[in-house]
Amino acid sequence: MPRLVSHPDEAIVLKRRFGQGAASIDKYVELEGYAAVQKAIAQGPDAMQGWIIDTMKASGLRGRGGAGFPTGLKWSFVPKTSAKPKYVLVNGDESEPGTCKDHLIFREDPHTIIEGAMIAGLAIGAKMGFIYLRGEYRYLLQIMERAVADAYARGYLGKNIFGSGLDFDIVTQTGAGAYEVGEESALMESLEGKRGVPRIRPPFPAVVGLYGGPTVINNVETIANVPHILLMGGEAYAKLGTERNGGTRLFGISGHVNRPGVYELPMGYSMRKAIYEVAGGIRDGKQLKAVVPGGSSCPVLRADEIDVGLDFDQMAKAGTMLGSGGIVVLDETVSIVEFALRTIKFYQHESCGWCIPCREGTDWIKKTLTRVYEGGGQKKDIDNVQYLAENMMGRTFCPLGDAAAMPTLGFVKKFRKEFEDYIEGKKAGTPLITVQELVGAEH
Amino acid sequence: MSAIANSIFSPELAARFDKLVTLYPVKRSALVPMLLYAQDEVGYVSEAVIQEIAQRLDLIDLDVRSVLSYYSMLRTKPAGRYNVQVCTNISCMLRGGYEILDHCKQKLGIGHKQTTPDGQFSLEEVECIGDCCAAPAMQVNYDFHDELTPAKVDEILEDYASKKDGR
Repeated sequence: MPRLVSHPDEAIVLKRRFGQGAASIDKYVELEGYAAVQKAIAQGPDAMQGWIIDTMKASGLRGRGGAGFPTGLKWSFVPKTSAKPKYVLVNGDESEPGTCKDHLIFREDPHTIIEGAMIAGLAIGAKMGFIYLRGEYRYLLQIMERAVADAYARGYLGKNIFGSGLDFDIVTQTGAGAYEVGEESALMESLEGKRGVPRIRPPFPAVVGLYGGPTVINNVETIANVPHILLMGGEAYAKLGTERNGGTRLFGISGHVNRPGVYELPMGYSMRKAIYEVAGGIRDGKQLKAVVPGGSSCPVLRADEIDVGLDFDQMAKAGTMLGSGGIVVLDETVSIVEFALRTIKFYQHESCGWCIPCREGTDWIKKTLTRVYEGGGQKKDIDNVQYLAENMMGRTFCPLGDAAAMPTLGFVKKFRKEFEDYIEGKKAGTPLITVQELVGAEH
Repeated sequence: MSAIANSIFSPELAARFDKLVTLYPVKRSALVPMLLYAQDEVGYVSEAVIQEIAQRLDLIDLDVRSVLSYYSMLRTKPAGRYNVQVCTNISCMLRGGYEILDHCKQKLGIGHKQTTPDGQFSLEEVECIGDCCAAPAMQVNYDFHDELTPAKVDEILEDYASKKDGR
């Protein structure tokens, strides 16, 4: 399990209850737990929904799953009236390689997820919420189930929550191993008991979602921020970050750093400082080679490109993404050819096969990079990989195709020389894997 | 008394399933958790598991099989009592994940998705398990073990080998 870490540069909002036993409902309540939902209800039945959504909009909170969509705006898209029931769906299928922040939230502060889901429910007029955890997180599911049971036992969940006259139920759900299910429409399919293949949009989930009803789907970290925002005020939260990028973010720094860990830093914090100061720099006194900045689907940055602020807009300007906040640090010993192959191997394995560009594209990129890696590469292979990746972009139901194409393009464009040298027999980096191990026996 | 006469599951699990199907607007929503919980008890998703779950959810077998084949944690053959799942995805790979996998292969004398002859251990190379900041990491059944070194893996595996009771 990831250990708790800290650094003086952290701005603590979401982590304030970490390490204090807040999975216990008594401790959670002692630490201002369930105060935010009561504050919302205290606005009165007429003003409550508007107040919550206005506060969320003012906070500048953007989706922490990776897409960075403004949360308040997302909630405001849900129609006021609906013939079908509305739902809140909390996405805890955390599977993006390099990402383990939700893991910590589930373990350290499960009630804040419940409270956040309740507030989302109040905001959109939903009576039911689901908290979906990936199947591998069984011990966290048990923590979450305990928390939900405790909240029911206290009368916080169920009928007439906090005297509001409104009902709210929560069901916890386990997955059974599938990266693709982290995508919102595949997540709904999985929760409906089906294969996790994506749905076409529009209609968007806010209008037609789970069981055909309007549904708000938010990442665990997004939802966990909600009670804190309501307590501190939207503006105060927004001020911690940068323009249009409110608040703080859990950044999971992993790979070749001295102090890997999940750190809560203000949005816009310098990536260089995050790596060299917060995470203690590159281990064994080595040089930095590259950074995969927000989970494995984000285009790589070279060592000379890390003077960038960690928010959605600055990262986009730098040609990559903030993504899930999983910063993977590569030192000089890493072969980018090998790393690129390991990355595409993952996406090829996880492609659900629904859309041809993704299914075939990931497979052909893997095959081509395997040939390069095995030493039989030709110069045209680099262009072919780029061509394949470019033609996957935007041509699939869900973003998995893009998620596979984007890092591939980053590797071959930014490290083209290394691929060319590799093909000519000048191999950079120290191999971590043999070809056999990397691509399996079938090749 | 379970909703199903002659359930193949333990009374506890049967009762749990009876309740589970009532939680959702649509019964079928219980399918993925039921398959996983059934596997936890039976060891794998057997034909009998498929039949009973289909019956409980008013589905045909094919619906269950279709879902079953999609999820990587579900299996249709028994695994070892202790299923060792080593992550080799990027964060783990950078910190020795493949070395850990190799070490497990040698120590257990088996490869990917194989089981030791005594049925105690099986081994799997898995994708990211969400423990990146404590890499390299693995799971044995549902337990996380991380910041692994070959020596630490030896201790962990020996610890499991000496346990009398399984899960």
